[in-house]
Amino acid sequence: MTVAPTTEVSRLLREDFDSVLDAWFATQKREGVRRPDLFSDRESRRQLADLLRAFSEALARIDLDAPVDIEAEIWSDLRLALSEITLVRTERGVAPWEMTAFVLALKQPVFEMLQKRLTGTPEQLLQEAANFGRIVDAFAMHINEYFIAERDEIIERQRAEMMELSTPVVQLWERVLTIPLIGTLDSMRAQEVMENLLNAIVEHSAEVVIVDITGVRVVDTQVAQHLLRTAAAVRLMGAEAIISGISPKIAQTMVELGVDVGEVTTRPTIRAALDEAFRRVGFRIGRVEDTRV
Amino acid sequence: MSAPPARPAASVELRQERDIAAARIAVSKAMDAMGARALRKTRFVTAVSEIARNALDHGGGGVIEIHRLERPLRIMIRCRDEGPGIADIDRAMTDGFSTARSMGKGLGGARRLVEAFRIESRPGVGTTIEMEARP
Repeated sequence: MTVAPTTEVSRLLREDFDSVLDAWFATQKREGVRRPDLFSDRESRRQLADLLRAFSEALARIDLDAPVDIEAEIWSDLRLALSEITLVRTERGVAPWEMTAFVLALKQPVFEMLQKRLTGTPEQLLQEAANFGRIVDAFAMHINEYFIAERDEIIERQRAEMMELSTPVVQLWERVLTIPLIGTLDSMRAQEVMENLLNAIVEHSAEVVIVDITGVRVVDTQVAQHLLRTAAAVRLMGAEAIISGISPKIAQTMVELGVDVGEVTTRPTIRAALDEAFRRVGFRIGRVEDTRV
Repeated sequence: MSAPPARPAASVELRQERDIAAARIAVSKAMDAMGARALRKTRFVTAVSEIARNALDHGGGGVIEIHRLERPLRIMIRCRDEGPGIADIDRAMTDGFSTARSMGKGLGGARRLVEAFRIESRPGVGTTIEMEARP
């Protein structure tokens, strides 16, 4: 007689669904991953029931000779249920390891129940337990991958958001703009900076633009090239660029690199640059006369 | 190239542009841990930035290993790529030579910024650059 490798697990889930659910719930409680602080018992049980139902349905149809492929169509309901629950739980602050333990907690109670049902056929018990364990493990790993993918997405999104934030063009005075650069000026950001700046020049009829690099830690040849190109484009728009915030360290390094700023005006500080900008647009900063009596 | 020292203190894969920033940060941290002086750090990190970009743009990506050498205390990085290699190293090290639309000062500039610079390149095999500096 050939033994379909998880017949007994399937039968167990069909006949004794509620006991498995209870036992799973109890194991989670014992292992401290139930999080009663975040979810009511009712809510937790509903999540488990959804998962277990999807699991049970897929298990009844699976071909166990093939390797467990979580991405296969047959598991799609379970994947969906798992993603939803993972999302809900992580939103409330459940850690990845807790989520993995949450799923793995299904193994032990099912093993124990199988053992009772299959005492007379140790070979079948072993095989079913092994197969069942393999599937649960695969899902635990799937959860990890889900977390990693989620995290990558967050990082990518934050990067994009930061890029948006990090190139604000600010009007300092009539016809004077500044763009403070912070962090890394890679090609993509350099392109953004250039576009934002040139548009702002038109919008504000600017004559002087201060590109402040106080917050840029490394000026290598590529960054230098981006800066000089930006300055050249600004000049083509009929305005002048002043690069400010070049620290002594960066100045020395740029000289060694062989970077020549040519005719681009540079100033060590944004204050010195502002002074120069005012001079060019015909303003002067002066102390007001003391009118206090 | 010298015999590889023991395991690197850190290594950074260079696969995309943002990895260059990661390499700079890693080297910067390693030098902080050595109590490096600010100017030396800026110089070395800038040099790392140049050769990392070189490995990415011309070598199709690579890896940077960061080593801490003792007696005297030095930072050493080794950048390897498996790109087409540099046919004429002397020319590549000359300022103004560029196969891309860049300044062409990267390699020569990097060499001027560090205390020891070694380059080995074999066409079809790849390029390895080692750089050293005191902290």
